[in-house]
Amino acid sequence: MSAIYILWLRELKRYTRSRAQIVASLGQPLLYLLVLGFGLGPVFKRAGNGNYFQFIAPGVIGMSVLFSSIFSGLGLLWDRQFGFLKETLVAPVPRLQIMIGRTLGGATVACIQGLLVMVICLIAGFRPAHLSAIPLALGFMVMIALLFAALGMAIGSGLQDMQGFQLIMNFLVLPIYFLSGAMFPLSDAKNVLKYITRADPLSYGIDGMRNVLGASNAAFDPRLDFIVLAVVGVILLVFDAWRFSKIEI
Amino acid sequence: MIKVQNLVKTFGSFTAVNDVSFDVEAGEIFAFLGPNGAGKTTTIKMLTTLLRPTSGAITLDGLNPQTHQNAVRQSFGIVFQDPSLDGELTAMENMEIHGVLYHVPHKVRRQRTEELLKLFELWERRKDQVKKFSGGMKRRLEIARGFLHTPKILFLDEPTLGLDPQSRNQLWNHVKKVNEAENVTVFLTTHYMDEADRVAHRIGVIDHGKLVAQGTPKQIKEQTKTESLEEAFLALTGSTIRDESAGSADQMRQFAKMWTGGRR
Repeated sequence: MSAIYILWLRELKRYTRSRAQIVASLGQPLLYLLVLGFGLGPVFKRAGNGNYFQFIAPGVIGMSVLFSSIFSGLGLLWDRQFGFLKETLVAPVPRLQIMIGRTLGGATVACIQGLLVMVICLIAGFRPAHLSAIPLALGFMVMIALLFAALGMAIGSGLQDMQGFQLIMNFLVLPIYFLSGAMFPLSDAKNVLKYITRADPLSYGIDGMRNVLGASNAAFDPRLDFIVLAVVGVILLVFDAWRFSKIEI
Repeated sequence: MIKVQNLVKTFGSFTAVNDVSFDVEAGEIFAFLGPNGAGKTTTIKMLTTLLRPTSGAITLDGLNPQTHQNAVRQSFGIVFQDPSLDGELTAMENMEIHGVLYHVPHKVRRQRTEELLKLFELWERRKDQVKKFSGGMKRRLEIARGFLHTPKILFLDEPTLGLDPQSRNQLWNHVKKVNEAENVTVFLTTHYMDEADRVAHRIGVIDHGKLVAQGTPKQIKEQTKTESLEEAFLALTGSTIRDESAGSADQMRQFAKMWTGGRR
């Protein structure tokens, strides 16, 4: 247990110490929020879909949780070649505990990041249905964070160099984001797009947040959102544990 | 303390370690020498439970690293070729994490951290982030950390790579001090023959995966009828240059150098 705690604490300390990085990582969500939120707002309204800013805020929160959790997992790549990973892997501690500590740490950091973006959204004019919806939205954030921290770690376990990192970014992380319905309503998606967006776990995370925050244009039932996230999350955590146990240095 | 019998490791058709046998007594400093790619690091990885041998037997302090993995891991400390510290954390925090991972009780952890950081002359800088340390300080911290859980054996894989003579000298003095004070067995690899000559009680020379000589520095010099260990080493291993192809680890190392402006 103490091993899990100390590795979780390490992720938090690393996060709070890189202040420049925290500010930098808020830049992208802000850009999406303000430029798209206010820029596309009038068009969205004219199409009869309501307030675009209310719609995109949960999407942008989901995006920051996605990026932050996947990158914390991929940080394994850095740690692996000249860092700290070897130190933990030769320690007399089961690998499962190391993996749990790291994944929880990464997920916690992603949730903090998501909360920061949520605060920015609230300041910028986003209004949830009730204040009581915020803890529920946080619950969905936790699930998104755990799911993608596990996915990031599972991929990071096999990555050998930085070129691989670019591939993951362009062919996995960005598609997950763009196909999640973060920026457009899923209920209007047709044909192939409909099936692809439904295969993206982030769709259910962002939709879940839209549901509980009372934002417009939620596509699924909140219970479906919860079940899909829980099931995929557990599968990915098991996959993560298996991949992590296979690491050789 | 370390017993290795007919150790073999093959990667596909390539034999990295070929029928190597040696013993290291408790309290001894044993230097494992060899050109690049001779099989030193592979041997260390097998001794430290990171790789499974293809065949042969290893016992560390009477235990088999394969069957008693955690007990064996508790019994040794290791300093890797590459740094394995967390640069974002302070020296104290790096020690703290190590202590927790090796189940060192809180009180002992505090006390020993203080003792070791003072011995390795890092106590004044204990609250600084490790990324601000010089190469020599990082190395010293890693070795201090390796000693934290009072291991019976300390593995040092090229610990002085890239250090200036002052740091190298100081580092070996510290290692010798702890070796004598706590009777820790030290198993080291290095490319600097003068270090091995000065520090090691016994030496093993490995080339192309085979152990080609074993004995005290004096015995090895006599055996090859040479004046210095460097000459003896060249007589044993020839003077062809071994070009290893750069693996992904090397590429990452270069990348990191660019990234951190060569601070590492």
